[in-house]
Formats: sequence, structure tokens, C-alpha cells
Amino acid sequence: MAQRLYVGTRKGLFELAPKDRGWDIAATHFLGDPVTAVLQDGEALYAALDLGHFGAKLWRRDGAGAWRELPAPAFPAKPADVADDPHPWSLGTIWVLETGGVPGRLWAGTMPGGLFRSEDGGEAWSLNEALWRMPERRQWQGVAGGEQPGINSVLVDPRDPDDIRIGVSTAGMWASRDSGLSWRIINRGMYNEYMPPELRETPIAQDIHRLSRCAARPDVVWCQHHNAVFRSEDGGASWDELTAIRPAKFGFAVAAHPRDPLTAWFVPAVKDERRFAVDAQIVVARTNDGGASFEVLRRGLPQRHAYDLVWRHALAVDRSGERLAFGSTTGGLWSSADGGDSWAALDARLPPIAVVRFADS
Amino acid sequence: MPTVIFTPALRRFLRVPEARVGGATVGAALAAVFAEHPALRGYVLDDQGALRRHVAVYVNGAAVRDRAGLGDAVGPRDEIYVFQALTGG
Repeated sequence: MAQRLYVGTRKGLFELAPKDRGWDIAATHFLGDPVTAVLQDGEALYAALDLGHFGAKLWRRDGAGAWRELPAPAFPAKPADVADDPHPWSLGTIWVLETGGVPGRLWAGTMPGGLFRSEDGGEAWSLNEALWRMPERRQWQGVAGGEQPGINSVLVDPRDPDDIRIGVSTAGMWASRDSGLSWRIINRGMYNEYMPPELRETPIAQDIHRLSRCAARPDVVWCQHHNAVFRSEDGGASWDELTAIRPAKFGFAVAAHPRDPLTAWFVPAVKDERRFAVDAQIVVARTNDGGASFEVLRRGLPQRHAYDLVWRHALAVDRSGERLAFGSTTGGLWSSADGGDSWAALDARLPPIAVVRFADS
Repeated sequence: MPTVIFTPALRRFLRVPEARVGGATVGAALAAVFAEHPALRGYVLDDQGALRRHVAVYVNGAAVRDRAGLGDAVGPRDEIYVFQALTGG
């Protein structure tokens, strides 16, 4: 199958195929239903829905076959001795899906903060009990001031499938070296401007919006944080702020170059109080030198009265590092075939976009 | 035996039966339906077995009181309606 670009929106999943130098919509799926995560694993394509009234659901399509609903990850019965748990023991949203580096293994990061694993391509799921029952988990803060924390990123080390690192909104970065049997918080070097002074540098107080790691150099991880962008060269244990980011340090999305550990892309926005593109101009910030400097890329992007915001899962780069795409809350979708130097808009008015993901043949 | 009727809005996702089932409570009647149609359970109940927040269950035109435990009594001629309020844009 040729390369595909999947765009999950508040009203369906859009399957895009290459056309000229850009993309065109080749098929639609789940029209009318919110799509929160999408993942290709070989011939299988997974889509997570958030039906609101009827809960979060998971579907799989094999090759060109029909979609089939899988059991959604579910929390175990809540014991009586945790009645004071501030977080619900019930699946809210499947926020991110990742392959596990072992055939059939998948990880699902969710709201309210549960991490789930499947060993059989999503036919059955089990909650990672070690993370969920950790006393510190009760300190996790909800996404956007809500009651439910969310696991926004799951990084599986390509050298060792038992090495798992997760980013949490809002609770920093947690790591397991034993495939999830034990966990510890690892991030040092970040700061959170909106916390009280005594908590600003506390690891668990860090509002990590999104993590992205270099596939070829997995110790290099990039972070778009609520009030800064950071880079780590030791798998997320220590972080350096990239103060050269322009035109703003606020944003949600980050994409690491798959081979070049010095290159990454961000989509900055006006700071958190007013969330839209800086000067109402949509731009992408790219660094090619590890964050020492950034280029502001705007060729082909709206530069007048654009109020789009790009959510954390809505910026993607393909395996080559040349093709990129991102989608906005206003339903705009832009793609690049030259590493971000120039961009083309999809000729469509899509619903608000939650997730953009390439699927390579 | 009470009758359980599900909102047609669910038909978009899965087969929705109208069933006459056994059970002396709302929970028991629903459990009897879910035993035959296991995928339906997660659309109506959350992971702890409570009614989903925006799903409503009425018995003979009155909303059930026990949304978490589903302990409201039902009789053999009662009708249990399971529906939702569609919202948003």
C-alpha cells in the first residue's frame, strides 16, 4: 500500500493519499464520531473513538478489510479502600496508541491516566497496575484544570521494548526499565511558571504537553512543555531549555526528525492565556542544530487572520524526515514534502483535528 | 418479564435488541441483555458498572434513582428505556 496520512477529527477519520506534491482525501471513516487516536501496525490500522455518551471505543481494520470493534481498555473494579482516589476508575479517552516493539504488543495512554497494554493486537487489554496503584499517581493534575490526568506520550525504546517512558498531563515524565513492573519519575531541569514558587522545579509539577524522540538516536527526546521547549540527550532524565524558540515558547506539538538528532519541528502559539497563532500567522519553528537556533517557516501557511491552534498529536513527520503534516482546531491541514521549507494546504474544510499520523507502506 | 428497549442511536454502532428478560431490578434486567450482547454493556455502563453520565434509564416513564448500583425494582410488566440526550455541534 502506498503511503497514507490519517487525520483524526471531531467528526471522523480521514484517510489521505499522495497527490501531486500534497495529499487528497481517499476515504472517510467513522463520520460524525470523534476520533482521538490512530495507529498503523503492519497491516492493522487502529482507531480510537470518544463517543461521549457511550464512552471510548477501539476499532481495528486489517488491510483493506472491514472495521471491527475491539474491546476497549477497561479499569478493574474499584476497591473499597481507595474510595478517596481523586481520579475515576473508568476509561475516559484513549489519548495515544503506540506499538510495543514486540509483535502484537500495543500500549494505550488514556485519560484518566491509566496505561494499558495488549499482547494480541488489541483483542484484550490490561491496566498497568504498578503505575495506576502508585501513591504518587493521586498527585497527578487533570488536563486543562479538569479532573482527569492524561498520558499524552508513550515512548518505547527501539533498542529495548521493556524500556517505556511516558509523558503525563500534568505529572512530568515517568520511566520503567522492566516493561512496566516498576516506575519512577525521571525529568530534571524543567520548570513550570504557573506553579507556586516552591513547586516550580518539582518534577511531578511539570506540564509536559508532548514528547517526541529521535528514532535513530533514542536518547534524544524533545518536549513541548506548557511554558517552554526542552531537549534531552539522556532519554528524558535531564533537560535543557531551548530559549531560541520563535515566535513563542507556548505550544502543544513537537515532532523529532527520525534520523537527525539535531532536527525537530514545533508549532508555537500565543501564550496560554490566548491560544491562537502569534500575530494570527501560522508558522512552524524548525531547528537543525539541536535547538541552538530556530527557523520560522511560513511559506505556504496562512499569514493573515489565522486563529488556528495545533493540538499535541496533530503534527507528524514520516520515516524519511521530509514529509510533514499538521492539522488545526479550525480544521486546516497543511503538508510539506521538503522538511517544512514549504507547505501546501489540503483543499478541504475538515472538522477540528485531534491527531495526524503517517502510515508508511 | 420486563421489556428492555434501547435508543435507536445505538444502532449506528451495534445490533440493539428489544428484549423481554428476567430480573427483579434494572441491573439484573440489563445484565440479562448484556449476557446475550456483551459488546452493548460498555456503551451503557462505565468500567465500574454505573450508568454512563449521559445515558438515562427510565422505568415506565420515570428516571431510575440508583444510577450507580442499578437497584431500582422492576416488575414483569414494566418497560425499561435506555437512551441518551444528544448534544453539541
